Amino acid sequence: MPALASLAATVCALVLAPLLFGIVNRTKAFVAGRRGPPLLQLYWDLAKYLRRGAVYGETTSWLFRLGPVIGLATAAAAITVTPFGGIGAPASFTGDLIVLAGLLALGRFATVLAALDTGSSFEGMGASREMHFAALAEPALLLALATLAHATDFVSLTSIYRAIDAAAWTGALPTFALTAMTLVVLLLVENTRIPVDDPTTHLELTMIHEVMVLDHSGPDLGYIHYAAALKLWIIGSLLVGLLVPVRSGDVWLDLAAMLAGMVGLALAIGMVESAMARYRLMHVPQFIVGAATLSAVAFIIRLV
Amino acid sequence: MFALTDIIQAVGLLSCFALLATSRIGACIRWLSFQGILFGLVPLIVHHDGLSIREIALASGNVALKGVIFPWLLLRLRARADYNREVQPFVSFIMSILFGTLALALSVWLTMQMKPALKDAPFVMLDSSIFLIFVGLFLIVSRRNALMQVIGYLVLENGIFVFGVITVVGTPLLVELGVLLDAFVGVFVMGIAIYHINREFGSIDVDRLTVLKG
Amino acid sequence: MAILLLLLGGAGAAVGLPSRIGHRVGQAGAVIGSAIGLIPAIRVLAVEVPEGMFGVWHMPGGALHLQIDVVSAFFLIPVFGLSIVTALYGRSYLLVSKSESESAVSWFHLNVLTASMALVIVARDGLLFLLAWEIMALSPFFLVIFDDRKESARHAAWTYLAATHLGTAFLLVMFVVLGGLAGTSNFDAYGAVLRDHPPLASAIFLLALIGFGAKAGVVPAHVWLPEAHPAAPSHASALMSGAMIKVGIYGIVRMLMMLGPPQAWWGWALIAVGATSGVLGVLFALAQHDLKRLLAYHSVENIGIILLGIGVGVLGLATGQPPLAVIGFAAGLLHVVNHCIFKGLLFLGAGAVQHAAHTLDLEELGGLIKPMRWTGTAFLIGSAAIVGLPPLNGFVSEFLLFASGFLAVTHPLAAIATAGLIVIVVMGLISGLAAACFAKAFGIVFLGSPRSTEGAAAHEVARPMIAPMVFLAALCVLIGLAAPAVVAASAGVVAAATGMRVGAVGDELAMASGALTGAVIVFAILIVVGALAWAFRARLLAGVAVPRRPVWGCGYRFPSPRMQYTASSFAQPLVTLFHLFIRTREALVPPKGYFPAASSYSSDSGDPFLHLLFAPTFRWFDRMVSRLNVIQHGHIHVYVLYVALTLVALLIWESF
Repeated sequence: MPALASLAATVCALVLAPLLFGIVNRTKAFVAGRRGPPLLQLYWDLAKYLRRGAVYGETTSWLFRLGPVIGLATAAAAITVTPFGGIGAPASFTGDLIVLAGLLALGRFATVLAALDTGSSFEGMGASREMHFAALAEPALLLALATLAHATDFVSLTSIYRAIDAAAWTGALPTFALTAMTLVVLLLVENTRIPVDDPTTHLELTMIHEVMVLDHSGPDLGYIHYAAALKLWIIGSLLVGLLVPVRSGDVWLDLAAMLAGMVGLALAIGMVESAMARYRLMHVPQFIVGAATLSAVAFIIRLV
Repeated sequence: MFALTDIIQAVGLLSCFALLATSRIGACIRWLSFQGILFGLVPLIVHHDGLSIREIALASGNVALKGVIFPWLLLRLRARADYNREVQPFVSFIMSILFGTLALALSVWLTMQMKPALKDAPFVMLDSSIFLIFVGLFLIVSRRNALMQVIGYLVLENGIFVFGVITVVGTPLLVELGVLLDAFVGVFVMGIAIYHINREFGSIDVDRLTVLKG
Repeated sequence: MAILLLLLGGAGAAVGLPSRIGHRVGQAGAVIGSAIGLIPAIRVLAVEVPEGMFGVWHMPGGALHLQIDVVSAFFLIPVFGLSIVTALYGRSYLLVSKSESESAVSWFHLNVLTASMALVIVARDGLLFLLAWEIMALSPFFLVIFDDRKESARHAAWTYLAATHLGTAFLLVMFVVLGGLAGTSNFDAYGAVLRDHPPLASAIFLLALIGFGAKAGVVPAHVWLPEAHPAAPSHASALMSGAMIKVGIYGIVRMLMMLGPPQAWWGWALIAVGATSGVLGVLFALAQHDLKRLLAYHSVENIGIILLGIGVGVLGLATGQPPLAVIGFAAGLLHVVNHCIFKGLLFLGAGAVQHAAHTLDLEELGGLIKPMRWTGTAFLIGSAAIVGLPPLNGFVSEFLLFASGFLAVTHPLAAIATAGLIVIVVMGLISGLAAACFAKAFGIVFLGSPRSTEGAAAHEVARPMIAPMVFLAALCVLIGLAAPAVVAASAGVVAAATGMRVGAVGDELAMASGALTGAVIVFAILIVVGALAWAFRARLLAGVAVPRRPVWGCGYRFPSPRMQYTASSFAQPLVTLFHLFIRTREALVPPKGYFPAASSYSSDSGDPFLHLLFAPTFRWFDRMVSRLNVIQHGHIHVYVLYVALTLVALLIWESF
């Protein structure tokens, strides 16, 4: 049963990830008083991208074509190590947290190199800002995971998340609450949501992630959007797994609870994006460092 | 079940970090008031001899003073001096946050070193009180705006108050009242001083006070 | 032994033999000598029985005692291996750089460097060690000053010489103390002395850390690295960065083995030193726009990572945590080999870039991946490896280091948990910054368009230069994919270095191997999905025309390559954030008016330690010592008077 549940969770991730963006956009439209795009919009978009031809820049090399492929491959590989709440990941071993961080870093590195390959100053700008935030977000992510490892005494994502049930929460409320806050900020940073980056802006000077993929087209763009959806699912699972401590013996109940949690997360992201504006670029590092500090504080107060 | 003191400690720590990271004076004053109310409740929870009129008086007095009256006074001062933001402190905000983390680690370490020596009372919030003292001193040292320095002084007083409540056993009311009176006088004096400094110099940037040298 | 053959080869290229023959003999000597030297090293690693040689040496106080044990053999492999690779690369490189006769002599110095490194690693006698160490310190001086017509090269060589002798001074003190107490200069005797005098151990540890650390390039004694490594020819830089600084690490490991059971504060000291070097190294690298200087600072960072691993290992030994000790040491030692491979690869790549574009200034390069396919791909693999990205070898050693941190974090003891957290956060920061730095280095040099006319005229380099790079890149990939086997195979070395039983070490490493097997499975998934995605896209675009068009420039009609992001712009947000440590000096002439004519910007990131610490200290010292100039005034009568006074004083003293 557990193996089947892992497989089901992976299939859910691969199939349902684009739905999250649909929910987010629909929520934002609803709050703004509009009807908004259909929930399945990203699926139609992906099908459209795959059908289209592609145009490549004159200055680009084979690396530009490799970037989206690596982005997609790392996101897919990361799905295989991410647990879905109480349901284990298909590939779980000691230290899989490190592999998760490494895969995310590889995906980012490939995207940044593909952006620099175009030789355009816009992509260069986006790449520079992306690496700026990533340099601070990576220790923050590892700090949050280390605090969770310390709190649950395990070094594998599956084991950590399996141990976070309601009893664990009541025993270590401040630790988990603070770490959850860090993971919220990391979700916003890694997936380029407001208040770190605006995914719907059309001005190149204000874009960070969007501008890096400005010159991709056709199937490449489809790969990039799908990989972005998978990344949102991955970090979202880490956050919702922490916030929804439903660990009954029945795997299907856990799966249902987690799916409900993911939908709730998408709704929450939509609300946050509607309510806040983007921070000034100079304030984002302070934001990330502050979030990392929350995990450090959670760790320190647990040492006593 | 998690202890109430754990929650107070965690939220209190968060309020200190918020003070270290916020640049808007109004928000800082509100965090200070929140902190005053939070730590004002400590005598009701950490009592050595049982809940008596003394603890209730202490708690209500502290909550009233540190949670309501002092912040109100500071808000009035802010309106008069018309200075709304700490724009460029001597230590940047990121370094302040990192300092906060180090100070917390140091307080926890000090508490663990002191534990064998202090055997008697619970001392549940010792690390919080030491941390409050560090943060208060840091705010006084690293901020340009005189209002922020008053806030730092009040955080320091919070720390001393908590330290007094949890370590002093069976001593007359005088000690605690002495601490509160100290804060009271301090704020009044500083309030008057800030008003006059502002009138004289046109700003409450303490860096400008160096012009009084020599 | 093999060393004699190496020396023969080197000497062959030396004094007298000019031009062509000199190059061939020098290169042959290096390759054949190193290959022969590898044989006993591999034999000892496989069999794990030390081989030794004891000879009579007519040197007062010293003996010719050489021995290859498992740790020495482990360190000999990168030394000899890299020597072969750089020698194969070197001949083509030198033939184009300088006149043939002048550059032939450099083979002598290169081979002497390799021979002396090998001698240091196998020496078991204090005097022999110091002698070999001096030779190893002096030969790079001649390599650094290869371009002796340039002022910067002469300055760099001088800085290097001063730094290495300051470090050696500490080692001299250490060996004199040990030798004095032990009576002989044999390493085994030193071990016995240290066990009998525990308070001495801490002092010796500190002396070893400073002395060997200066050679390895830890902060703050790193200031010679970014001066010396860029000035030397690229294959020599590769050897220096890949092998010579590892000899410093070897020294620390050998001293730890001699010192026996460590104290906890040693582990903390190593962690602190490693963390500082790692973070500061990568921060300084981020601000550089000379490619080789950037790579040199990265060597400082990687030495920091190695010391972090060894520090965790020592902490594990001191507190009685076998898993920490084993995995920490395994991480550090594996990173020694990994760094040798990818840093060697990167320096060789930089040499190729210098050949092709005649400049190493990042602001003038660009778009080199199109003319230089092989170099570009090899450099890409090297960059990804040094950042620690899966599925390459850098990720494996960083995985082990993170794993030791996570194991420590779950420990009930607060001190160890804190150490683990510090390791994790520091390594996370280093990885993030290194990724930014190499995205800049690789992206600006190889991607986009050339930013200057020299850059535009680049061409691929000759095959003898490409083959070594491809070989090293292949090794990166191989070690990454074969990670579990590599880690399990290091049980012998880790056991020797930590002093634990091989069986116990094997058990702990089995856990790491198991974890890495899981990682390799994920790598396989990564590669398979990537291949499928690539094939799927090729299928989708099969019958469709795929045109090439100009890149989006916001509608600007005349985009030029100079409008691309430059290296300084790329690194600017991070450099500004960490301004407190980096202290870049900027010279800005801003555009004025509505139709600005000309404006300029230049930035200079000198080493803060050099400018704020060492240079003022030496200037002060100079001023103090100049006061003694009073004695030296040139009159012979007074000098003779000095001699006479000293004679009289001695006679009076003797009579008492």
